[in-house]
Amino acid sequence: MDWQFILSVSLTTAFGPQAIVFALAAIGLNMHFGYTGLVNFGQVGFIAIGAYTVAMGVDTFGLSFWLCVFLTFFTASVWALVLGVPTLRLRTDYLAIVTIASGEIIRLVLRANTFTDTTGGAAGIQNFAGDFFGLNPFTGDRKALNIPGTDVGVTYSANQFWVLLIGWSIVALTCLFVYLLVRSPWGRVLKAIREDEDAVRSLGKNVYVYKLQSLAIGGVIGAVGGIIFAVSRQSVVPDSLGTALTFFAYVALVLGGAARVLGPVLGSIVFFFLSAFVDVALREAIEADVITFLVGSEVGVVRNILVGVGLMALMVFRPQGIIGDKSEVAVSVRR
Amino acid sequence: MSGADPVVATSAQAAFVDVPPEPGAAKADPILVADGVTRRFGGLTAVDVDHVEVQRGAITALIGPNGAGKTTFFNLLTGFDKADAGSWRFDDRDLVGVPAHKVARHGMVRTFQLTKSLARLTVLDNLKLGAAEQRGEGFFSSLVRPLWKAQEAEIEARAEDLLGRFNLAHMRDEYAGSLSGGQRKLLEMARALMVRPTMVMLDEPMAGVNPALTQSLLGHVKQLREDGMTVMFVEHDMDVVHDISDWVIVMGEGRVIAEGTPDQISSNDDVIDAYLGAHHDAPKTAAEEQAQLDEIHAKIDEESGDAHG
Repeated sequence: MDWQFILSVSLTTAFGPQAIVFALAAIGLNMHFGYTGLVNFGQVGFIAIGAYTVAMGVDTFGLSFWLCVFLTFFTASVWALVLGVPTLRLRTDYLAIVTIASGEIIRLVLRANTFTDTTGGAAGIQNFAGDFFGLNPFTGDRKALNIPGTDVGVTYSANQFWVLLIGWSIVALTCLFVYLLVRSPWGRVLKAIREDEDAVRSLGKNVYVYKLQSLAIGGVIGAVGGIIFAVSRQSVVPDSLGTALTFFAYVALVLGGAARVLGPVLGSIVFFFLSAFVDVALREAIEADVITFLVGSEVGVVRNILVGVGLMALMVFRPQGIIGDKSEVAVSVRR
Repeated sequence: MSGADPVVATSAQAAFVDVPPEPGAAKADPILVADGVTRRFGGLTAVDVDHVEVQRGAITALIGPNGAGKTTFFNLLTGFDKADAGSWRFDDRDLVGVPAHKVARHGMVRTFQLTKSLARLTVLDNLKLGAAEQRGEGFFSSLVRPLWKAQEAEIEARAEDLLGRFNLAHMRDEYAGSLSGGQRKLLEMARALMVRPTMVMLDEPMAGVNPALTQSLLGHVKQLREDGMTVMFVEHDMDVVHDISDWVIVMGEGRVIAEGTPDQISSNDDVIDAYLGAHHDAPKTAAEEQAQLDEIHAKIDEESGDAHG
């Protein structure tokens, strides 16, 4: 078995474009769930809105790529209002109910034949990020970066490198943004709403407005993840935006540690590292005849089982996530 | 502090000298006036208050047996529930239909029967949250620390002052969730004071508090009055009420059934009826017992006399 290869592939996945998308989606969920206590089961809807605002804006409406990126802030905020205005005056459960359907509504509308001229239907839209890759300073075939002194490292194409550079910069900026927000009195109100919104109301704060703001901010962050999702593939297809994406983002959030600024980022990286590691290691083991009771086509399923067991173990032994605060969890259990 | 206590108490009680002990009595200087406030839950009329006034600067107790509608009335006044009918004015401002957070901003701040300490916020943060008109609570301004840094320091100083007063200073950096029941009551009261209210509405401030802390809580409630606030509190323990309140309003089955000073209330038959049920004419003294017996004998004689006649 080639451990260098296994580790290299795992690292390449852990820092790849997908990890960025889920890091951003999870940062958005952290805003909703971690800080405000809003249960949003439709984060994939915001990802879809980001992806399709750019794809449709460029391809269908002929707008500039950069204008579309800017427009995403607007479209995602409007979607947050659509979801939030009717539900956020009510208990948290109602938002959960509405959002769990919302992601599917968006996907089904996007793939409807009726709108094929606008949305591309089930086939989606391809090749809309030319403006973005036009600015790519990297050239050549493949770029490899090894951990000094070893042959273990990451390998990406020039275009991927460009996506990653911009993507991780956005993740860093977003984390800074979230940090500034949550250390402020504004963030204190959000955390208080998470604990008990009636108490916050009794102190003269307009809880509804704060919840709407939180939903919109987390949604916009998720939509930015959606832009990276679309751009990194140069393609959007409705069926790649299934409900599971929301739950993977939750996994990243809980794995890293909710209500921690860097929790979702770390969670996303660790999640993609582990699932790639288990996958490649199993395949290598089968190839080297170390494992004889599995065939290659079964690896995907076994990987999901193993990763699932691992996550369960995490929840049992470290419910606060990798960088969560144990005393915080203890307090919430005691309540 | 305790030396000044009786003086202030008399001045608060003096306001009630000319007030007749009857439901809906007019007060000299009412801060809160409610008329025809009704709340129904299906077929049940939980609150049906004709007229009630609350004197400014005094401690008014709202008592009544379980299910009398005290907490529901509180919820209506503070915007946490919507009345089916009625009007009420606070500080000459119409508060009907005003949402809870605006009621608080107008100066009427409440606490809850089941304490709402914000468990995963520190004790200090719980208090700082209470401060009104914080510049750092706006979304955009929150990003620029220099805009709110000075105000935040001010708020923190005020919060620490209150923590000291309420004996919570040592718990400053603990999560509020780790406080005892009584400490949570103290925390909630202190947090309400951060809003700088003119009227504090306490929903069963003594419920679930151990007796040792009850005295301390009572002291804090009196202190609110000395600081110039109006206090109204819900309670069903009559002893507690007698000790600290200047005026008592009694609710039963949604209505105001009696009003008066604590002394007047504790000898009021309607109140005893409400608490113990209507058939409680058991004699309290030997003389009373004899009087009742005589009365019954007289009646029997009268009736037998009628029969013979």
